[in-house]
Amino acid sequence: MSDTGIGARVVRKEDNRFLTGRGKYCDDINLANQTYAYFVRSPHAHAKIVKINAKKAEKSPGVVAVLTGADLAEDGLGGLICGWSINNKDGSPMKAGAHPALATDKVRHVGDHVAVVIGESLAEARAGAELVDVKYKELDAVVEVGKARKRGMPRVHDEIAKNTCYEWAIGEKDATDKAFAKADHVTKLNITNNRLVANPMEPRVALGSYEPAEEHFTLYTTSQNPHVARLILSAFIGMAPENKLRVIAPDVGGGFGSKIFVYAEETVCLWASKRIGGRPVKWTSDRSEAFLCDAHGRDHETTAELALDKDGKILGLRAHTTANMGAYLSTFASAVPTYLYATLLSGQYNIANIYAEVDAVYTHTAPVDAYRGAGRPEACFVVERLLEVAARETGVDPAELRRRNFVREFPHQTPVIMCYDTGDFDASLDMAMEMADYKGFEDRRKKAARQGKLRGIGFSNYIEACGIAPSAAVGSLGAGVGLWESAEVRVNPVGTVEVLTGSHSHGQGHETTFAQLVSDRLGIPLEQVSIVHGDTDKVQMGMGTYGSRSGAVGMTAISKAIDKVEAKARKIASHLMEASESDVEFSGGNFTVKGTDKSLAFGEVALAAYVAHNMPEDTEPGLKEGAFHDPSNFTFPAGCHICEVEIDAETGVTKIVKWTAVDDFGKIINPMIVEGQVHGGIAQGVGQALTEACIYDPDSGQLITGSFMDYCMPRADDLPSYDLGFTETACPSNPLGVKGCGEAGAIAAPAAVINAVTDALGTEDISMPATPNKVWNAIQANAKQAAE
Amino acid sequence: MPIVTMNVNGKDVSGDVEGRTLLVEFLRENLSLTGTHVGCDTSQCGACVVHVDGKAVKSCSTLALSAEGAKVTTIEGVARNGELHPMQAAFKANHGLQCGFCTPGMVMAGLDIVKRRGKKLKEETIRAELEGNICRCTGYHNIVKSIQDGASKM
Ligand code: FES
Ligand code: FES
Repeated sequence: MSDTGIGARVVRKEDNRFLTGRGKYCDDINLANQTYAYFVRSPHAHAKIVKINAKKAEKSPGVVAVLTGADLAEDGLGGLICGWSINNKDGSPMKAGAHPALATDKVRHVGDHVAVVIGESLAEARAGAELVDVKYKELDAVVEVGKARKRGMPRVHDEIAKNTCYEWAIGEKDATDKAFAKADHVTKLNITNNRLVANPMEPRVALGSYEPAEEHFTLYTTSQNPHVARLILSAFIGMAPENKLRVIAPDVGGGFGSKIFVYAEETVCLWASKRIGGRPVKWTSDRSEAFLCDAHGRDHETTAELALDKDGKILGLRAHTTANMGAYLSTFASAVPTYLYATLLSGQYNIANIYAEVDAVYTHTAPVDAYRGAGRPEACFVVERLLEVAARETGVDPAELRRRNFVREFPHQTPVIMCYDTGDFDASLDMAMEMADYKGFEDRRKKAARQGKLRGIGFSNYIEACGIAPSAAVGSLGAGVGLWESAEVRVNPVGTVEVLTGSHSHGQGHETTFAQLVSDRLGIPLEQVSIVHGDTDKVQMGMGTYGSRSGAVGMTAISKAIDKVEAKARKIASHLMEASESDVEFSGGNFTVKGTDKSLAFGEVALAAYVAHNMPEDTEPGLKEGAFHDPSNFTFPAGCHICEVEIDAETGVTKIVKWTAVDDFGKIINPMIVEGQVHGGIAQGVGQALTEACIYDPDSGQLITGSFMDYCMPRADDLPSYDLGFTETACPSNPLGVKGCGEAGAIAAPAAVINAVTDALGTEDISMPATPNKVWNAIQANAKQAAE
Repeated sequence: MPIVTMNVNGKDVSGDVEGRTLLVEFLRENLSLTGTHVGCDTSQCGACVVHVDGKAVKSCSTLALSAEGAKVTTIEGVARNGELHPMQAAFKANHGLQCGFCTPGMVMAGLDIVKRRGKKLKEETIRAELEGNICRCTGYHNIVKSIQDGASKM
C-alpha cells in the first residue's frame, strides 16, 4: 500500500481552503447588479388565499418587484414534482397533489410560499415583504399522522380523499399470517419514528441569473445533485432547455438528504431573474426558514409484530406503517417509506415471511423526504427494537437471539425484494461484543447501581441497501430516472489528471478519496490529481450524492474510465517502445517491457499522446476517457453497534458512557474519512434517540420547534467518543469492493440507544427522543408500580 | 450612514454601515471576508465566531458599530505567511472537519478555549466549552481530538 493509495489515511486535500476561510460556498458568491429575494410565507397551516395586495410593497423603497403564483402561472411554469411513482395495493397510481412553487389558491403549511419580494438589498426586500397584504380565510388543519385519514378531517388537497397519497404493501400476507398462527411467541410494538429536521449547518441558497441576449440561465445553489436539479428544472418545470441552463453547486456545507430536492426557492429565484430583466436574484435561507421549509425526515407511526417459535427462530414479521408526507410530495418522498424502508425489514435475519403495509398521508406540515438513511433507519429501528424486546420477553440473551437468526449463506434473497450479496454478521457481532466488554457488563451495572445510577446496554445489528442503484431495478419500482453515475478522466499533456465526476461532495472528502484511487491506479502523486464536480457545464451528467452511492457507483465509474485511459496509454507505450502490448507492464506509474530495461513514465506517454507525432495506427491523439457505471445490485453495508448508557435516576439525564461500532463497509479507501462518516452518522442517530424532535402544535399546525433554541441539536457534551472497528467482506458487485459508509451510523444508532435506555430502566418501551423529562417520568412510574 | 473603523487581521479598515449592521455582515459584505459564516439566527451555532480584542464573540450577535476601534481577528487572519496555525493543522491532521461550514467557528472557539483554559485540555473540558458551537457533520469526536492536539502544539 502506498502512502497515498487505496487504504491509506491520507489527510484531506480540500482542508486548507476550509481551514483558512477560503471555502467557496453559495452565499459567498455575489454577482454584479444582484438583487435579493425575500419570501412572503404563510403564517397559517391551512388557509384560502382570498387576495394578495402588493401595491404598498411595490412602492416601498428599494423594492424591484413583487411576484406571486399568478405571475408564475402566467409564464407557464410547471409545479414542483415527485420523481418516484408508487402504486397502490390495487395497482392504481399514487395521488400527488399539485405543488406550485408559489401558492395560488391555498396555503397548506406554515411557511408555504405565497409571494416573493425582490429588493435592491435584503433589508429592503424584507421591509417590502412586510407590506404585502395577504388576505387569508383560515381553515382547519390536520397535523398528526394518526389523524390524517380519520373521518371528518380537512383535506390537504381537495381532490385527494382521506388525505391518502397511497396504500402500498410488500410481501405475502397470507403466508405471513399463517406463520404468525403457528408462533409460540409474538412480540408486538407500537413505534413512533420521530420527525426530524436535517439541519446541515449551511442553510440553503439560490442565486439565479438570466442572460437575456443568450436566453441562458445560471443557478448557483446548495445542491447534492446539480444535474438532477437541472433535469427537473428543465424537463419538468419548464424553465429552459438543458443547454440553456447551467447549475453550479460549489462548496456545500452538508446536506444529509435535505439538499437533494428541488425546492420552490431555487425555482423562483431563477425565474424571477428573467422576469425582472436579467438582474441576478439571490436568496439565502435563514435558519428559521430552513426549519419551516427544508424537507423534514422520518415521521412514521408503526405497529410491528415478530413471530418466534419455541427455539427463538423468527417465523415472520408484520408491520403497518403510516408515513407523513407533509403537505406536498417532495422530490423523492414517495420512495422513502416504501422501497427504502420496507425492503429492509428482514434486517440481518433469515425471515421467511414478511408482510408490510404502508399508508402515506398528507398533513398540513412541511414536506417530508429523505434524511440521512432515509427509510433504512426506520426499518432498522423496527427490526432491532422487536428483536431486543423479544429477547427480553423470552429470556434469551439479546445477542444470542440475533445469532440464532442470522443470515449466513449468500447470496440471500429476502421476501422483500433485496438480495443480500455478502456479509458476515457473526464477525461484526463478535468483534463488537469483545470491544464493548459485554461479559463485564453485569459488573458495571452493579457498580453503577451502588452509585444510584441505572446502567443499560443495547445492540443494533443493522443492514442497509446503499449505492443506490441499478437503473433497471429502480425503474421497475417506479423511479423516474436511472441511478448510474458518470466520470471522465482527463489526462493533461504533462501527465497531471482531472477527474470529472457526477458525484457531489458536501463534506464527504471526494477530492481526497477519488484522488487516492487515481493516484493508486496511475502511479502519480496525489497533488497531480484534481477532482471537478458540481457544475453542469463542466461535468456532462451525473446523479449526485445520496444513499451512500459515491463510492460504490461514482468511484466505480472513475475506475472504469481509468481502465480505458490505461488501455490507450498502454497501446501508445507499446508502440513507442516497439513491443507487443502483451509484453508491456504498467506499475508504479511506469510502462515497462518485460525482460528488458525499456521504460516510459505515464507522463511521457501522455505527452506523446498529445504531441501525436508518433502514434500507433488507428489511434486518435489525446488521452481522455469517459465512463458510465450502472451497478448490478445495491450494496449492503452492515454491522453491529453497542451502546452503553448510564442514567441519573435523580435527573433522568442519560449519558452514553460507551459506544462501540463495528461496521463492514467492504474495502475502505481512506479509513480516516470513513471513521469520520461513522462518527457523524452516530451523532445524528443519537440526536434522534435522545434530543431531537420536530414538533407542530397539533391544533394550529404552528411549528413549535422552529429554531436551535427549541429543536435540540446534539452538542459536543451530549455525545461520547466512539470506539470503531471494521470487518470486511468485499462487495462483489463493484470492482473496488466498496459498499458505502455515509448513512450507517444514523441507521444503527437510534435502536442501540433506545435498547440501552429501556434496558437501564427495565421498561419495555420509551418513545424517541428519550429526553430527561420522559426518562424521569418512566423512573417515577416504575417506582410507583414497585411500591404498589 | 455612520462610518465604522476597526483593525481586522492586522489591517485598518473602515466602511459605511447602518446602525443595525451586524459585525458578520460587515466582515462578509463590506470586507468580503467570507470565511466567517452564518448558520443560525438565534445565536446558537457558533459558525460566526471571531475574536474581538482577544475575546471570542459571535459576530452574528454583535453590531458592527460596537466593534469601533477594536482589533478583530477572523479565520482568514489565523494562518501566518501561508503556514497553517498549529490549531488549523491539528484540525487537518485529525480530520476535524467535513463540510467545513462550522470549521472557522470551531477553530476560533478552539483558540479561545486554549487562551482561557490552557494547553493541556481534558476531553470533558473541551466538550463543555464547545456548548456554543454546533457541528452537524463530525459528531464532534475529531473536533475534540483536534482541539486537544492543537492546544498541545501551541
Ligand atoms: S450564526 Fe452566530 S451563532 Fe449561529
Ligand atoms: S464540518 Fe460540517 S458542520 Fe461541522
